[in-house]
Amino acid sequence: MRAALIVAGGVFRDSIRERVAYGLVFFALLLMAASFLLAQLTAGQDVKIIKDLGLAASSAIGLFIAVFFGIGLVTKEVERRSIYSLLSKPMTRSQFIVGKYLGLALTLLINLAVMAIAFYLVLAYLDATALGRSKEAWDAPALDPQMLKAFLLIGVELLVMTAVAMFLSTFSSPFLSVALSVAVYIIGHFGDELKRIGEVAESPLLGSIARGVYFVMPNLARLDVKSAVVHAVPVSASYVSLAALSGVLYVGVLLVASTLVFSRRDLK
Amino acid sequence: MGATNATTMFQRTSLRHWLVLVLVLLIAVSTQLALEDRIYTPKPTVPVSVTWLRSPNLVRNLTLGYNAVWADLYWVRAVQYFGGTKLSTDQRKSYDLLYPLLDITTTLDPRFNIAYRLGAILLSEGYPSGAGNTDQAIALLEKGMRAMPDKWQYLHDAGFVYYWWRRDSATAAKWFLKAAEIPGAPNWLHPVAATMLNEGGEHAPARALWEDMLNNAEHEWLRQAARRGLMQIDAEEHLELLRPVMTRFHDQTGRFPKTWKEVVDAGLLRRAPVDPTGYMYELEPETGNIDVGRGSYLYPLRTRVPGT
Repeated sequence: MRAALIVAGGVFRDSIRERVAYGLVFFALLLMAASFLLAQLTAGQDVKIIKDLGLAASSAIGLFIAVFFGIGLVTKEVERRSIYSLLSKPMTRSQFIVGKYLGLALTLLINLAVMAIAFYLVLAYLDATALGRSKEAWDAPALDPQMLKAFLLIGVELLVMTAVAMFLSTFSSPFLSVALSVAVYIIGHFGDELKRIGEVAESPLLGSIARGVYFVMPNLARLDVKSAVVHAVPVSASYVSLAALSGVLYVGVLLVASTLVFSRRDLK
Repeated sequence: MGATNATTMFQRTSLRHWLVLVLVLLIAVSTQLALEDRIYTPKPTVPVSVTWLRSPNLVRNLTLGYNAVWADLYWVRAVQYFGGTKLSTDQRKSYDLLYPLLDITTTLDPRFNIAYRLGAILLSEGYPSGAGNTDQAIALLEKGMRAMPDKWQYLHDAGFVYYWWRRDSATAAKWFLKAAEIPGAPNWLHPVAATMLNEGGEHAPARALWEDMLNNAEHEWLRQAARRGLMQIDAEEHLELLRPVMTRFHDQTGRFPKTWKEVVDAGLLRRAPVDPTGYMYELEPETGNIDVGRGSYLYPLRTRVPGT
């Protein structure tokens, strides 16, 4: 485990060096600019739109980092041939995979936490400057702590997508890995539709395929409660826990699969 | 050492040259943009289709979890589209895309409260100030009722559209009574419905409804609509008082006045009458009809909207 943690620390330092923080600066600027501009355009819906925008941007920026850095975790080491010196040390391939994953997961979660803080700061500013009457139009208070549930599930979604990207990169080229990761992301958001196809399809074969894909692919739509928290629709702790648990289990499956594929890979 | 210094110096000079070049290009582009409108004939305007996709369900599936942000984008487009069309001087202007924009907004985010409520006002508002399409306003509110059955406000607003724009007191009262059945609905809905059934098209129930909206609506835009509605009722009452004056002028002179000055000179009014926004009422010398001015914030009054 110690070897995995050393690898994780290396990934974290690399990600800082590779200017992952630029995404945070972009996020902060986007929110600040939006908070000043939207009040003019949106007929009193600025807080709702800032919330939507902040949650969506956190998810999109994190997703970008998860996929592109996730794919580079293994492929870069192989391309640079630094994998040989790494694996010559007292470290197994599974420790290498887990360490790489944990390093990027840590980076992503810290990123997300910083974005959440910036998000709440902008909302605190809007809350402080809003007139009392206009607050009546808000579905939920500006600083509603329920939004943390959405951040939590965005974090789980990013962990899942990092695991997906890393798994795909253990056996395919970087370009193909990006394409397949995007495909998994899209299919993951059509989870409920896939299930429905399975229920209504006339062809039993098509129904079975759709059902099979539904069970194999991560159901990312379940991890999306952004709209619900913005509109103050109650999201129960049990729902969040179960959705997060299924995401974490999926990550576990992918890490095991990545280790299996990578262990059998001929690196010569 | 000397070579390193020379290289650094070269890099700095080169950087400076690039910066100057970028600055010059930026100034050139800005100057061209600033002069373009003045020197060249403006580009012919082509009607812009603002709905990129018209199928709400397809749009929702394609957003991959970002439906709320897309809904916001469509909402901003709807508000801008309405404002742009309203301010347009085109005699044939149309609000055809307003409903599709609001429909997509509310499909992408079915709990977008203001899109239903303000959207219904914008759709039902008499043409040319609004789309003048009460059917679409009702359809949008009914969609809101399906999405959030606990919101009595949508039934209230539907009743309002029937009462104010369609002048159908009986149907309006039914909507108000249905709204009153929803838990949490205010207790004044019953008396308003009763008054409506008794008084038909009189001003009192309408004034009560607008005043209620002014005092209780959570959105400033709705309150603004209420202020305008109240001023329109005031204007309608003014016109009812002014019509006998026109008749008296006709009785005295055998014709209708060409200007308000003639009415004042005849001693029938102390000064030229203005609407609650301070805009002078318009009169037609041939028929003696009087109305709010076409440039007034209150134009058109519902009594002048075709089909109401």
